[in-house]
Amino acid sequence: MKVEKVAINNVTLEIRKEKVIKFLMGSKDRPGFVYSFFRYFLLIVIGFIYLYPLFYMISTSLMSLDDLLDVSINWIPSQFYIDNYINAAKAMDLWKTFIQSIIVAAVPTIIQVCSCAVIGYGFARFEFKGKRIMMGILLFSFILPKQVIMMPTYELYTKLGLIGSLNSFNLPALSGQGLNAQIFILIFYQFFRQLPQSLIEAAQIDGAGNIRTFLRIAVPSAAPAILVVFLFSFVWYWNESYLTSMFVAGLGSRTANDWSTLVVELKHFEDIYAQYNQNNQEQLRSINESIKMAGTFMTILPLLLMYAFLQKYFVESVDRTGITGE
Amino acid sequence: MKSKVGRKKSGLKRREALAGYMFVSPWIIGVIMFLIVPLGQSFYYSLCSVKVSPKGRKFSYIQFQNYTDIFRLDVTFVENLIRYLLNTLISVPVIVVFALIIAMLLNDKNGKMKGKGFFRTIYFLPVIVVSGPVMMQLADQGATSISAMNVSGITEVLESFLPLFLVEPIVNVFNNMILILWYSGVQILIFLAALQKVDDSLYEAAKIDGGSAWECFWKITLPIIKPMILLNAIYTVIYVSSNEMNVIINSIYNDMFAVNRGFGFASAKAWLYSVVVVVIVGFFAIVLRNKDTYQAEIKKFEKQAAKRERERRRLLRRQARRSKLSRLRIGGGV
Repeated sequence: MKVEKVAINNVTLEIRKEKVIKFLMGSKDRPGFVYSFFRYFLLIVIGFIYLYPLFYMISTSLMSLDDLLDVSINWIPSQFYIDNYINAAKAMDLWKTFIQSIIVAAVPTIIQVCSCAVIGYGFARFEFKGKRIMMGILLFSFILPKQVIMMPTYELYTKLGLIGSLNSFNLPALSGQGLNAQIFILIFYQFFRQLPQSLIEAAQIDGAGNIRTFLRIAVPSAAPAILVVFLFSFVWYWNESYLTSMFVAGLGSRTANDWSTLVVELKHFEDIYAQYNQNNQEQLRSINESIKMAGTFMTILPLLLMYAFLQKYFVESVDRTGITGE
Repeated sequence: MKSKVGRKKSGLKRREALAGYMFVSPWIIGVIMFLIVPLGQSFYYSLCSVKVSPKGRKFSYIQFQNYTDIFRLDVTFVENLIRYLLNTLISVPVIVVFALIIAMLLNDKNGKMKGKGFFRTIYFLPVIVVSGPVMMQLADQGATSISAMNVSGITEVLESFLPLFLVEPIVNVFNNMILILWYSGVQILIFLAALQKVDDSLYEAAKIDGGSAWECFWKITLPIIKPMILLNAIYTVIYVSSNEMNVIINSIYNDMFAVNRGFGFASAKAWLYSVVVVVIVGFFAIVLRNKDTYQAEIKKFEKQAAKRERERRRLLRRQARRSKLSRLRIGGGV
């Protein structure tokens, strides 16, 4: 009797043990606990490292000078202190710069989306002599560092009188040579190639010309690609500082104006801060890390907000546009 | 009749081609205006000494002196260029491998994983935020390195068995760990998209044959996503090279408007730099090129089939000719 009980106990123990092992190591159908735990652990830790600079930025920007100097305060400020933001906003002339940033980013982007769609359609839909060479040049121009053609381009713009106006962004965008236009042309190229040929043929049998086919059939079906190109182009123009200050603001040229974007202001943050103190009666607090971080955060805040609302389109863009090739 | 059909077809083709040129024409104009002509000009500049005078710019041809001057006068540039070369060669594989690991952690086919979208959002976030001035500010504050990591300890260990010129770029990777992670947002997505397109039945077949997950990775996953690895490597090289944090780019910009150096010298620098970039891209393209994959085999096979088909046709034609001849001969005989 007793022996039997022990045996049964042993068996249940065995079963339990097996269950535990199965739970930990997983079976063929589902991954085990150890694996899942490991996976989530890694993802969360790396995710934290990813966001670390942002956390650091937000936390530092909310610290007053006392908090900053206090060794015992590391992450959480002793009080909610927004004076840094007010100071930074004043120095950057936030509203004016913000609106100018949007204009500088949006206008060339809209032009770029239109021109890249047309060019991508041309490459995807038609067969013509020299297409392969042109595609080769397209890829090559992506690899080539932009600095090589910077100087002659500057000369050219000076001759055309484009320096110091937004047209120095618009004109290249119009001719498919804007910021990272090669990527966008390729995105449209991939997208239009996946468009069923029969759709286009049907339209042409019904008497639509090439332009009409493009506008009525190709463009409406390319909505996801258009959105992706628009978003990326906007972000990249927004983040561009060197070309903006050289071409649009015309820094150091005769036709210079006071166009400026948030990113450009951030680049010369210390200078503009000192300048503000010089020119105005009202003095700002002397510059410190917190104020710099506040300025940085304000520069990226619009993009973060945009990302918060539209992240689905950003993240799914790579799948949708078929960059990975079908 | 036959010729008419042929002409009609070529007419349609011509019309197609014309429409194609029409759609692409903005790009053609743009390329000539903003790429090819400036490229030629900049090469000419790099062979000239450009002097700014009140009447305008004066060019005097001085052959390759600008290029030799880079090595003679601007020692830091050459040093930076070599450092950039080593840094890129080391950090690009790190970025690509890291992106692949993250993509594989995020990849799940059955949709059982929770929070996948959330993680994807986090890992893609830096792509939106990253820009020269922002990174500069963050790097100034030391927010781009992991403070818990003991870099000096790593340096010591590395110095004991590696030559000094290799230690620096590796330490650099550790120092700017977060920056390097931040550069891999797009790459993660590209890998993820590629991983999701891998056919599940391949893994099942491998499992039935007793393949472990480790073997599956090396024998199935890696060969299939190999083209994506090349794409990502090239993308990373270009991303790193056109970055505003890059010391070389800044030195080129500064020389452009410097009085003593000027356009010619800056152009020569830019040309040297682009040669280095193209060489790096070429290096990765050669290392990661598609050797002997399934697709290549298919292509080879198709080529052979086409050749056989051609030969068969030729034989048929010859036979037809012969029979015609013999028939003629017979006819003539009669």
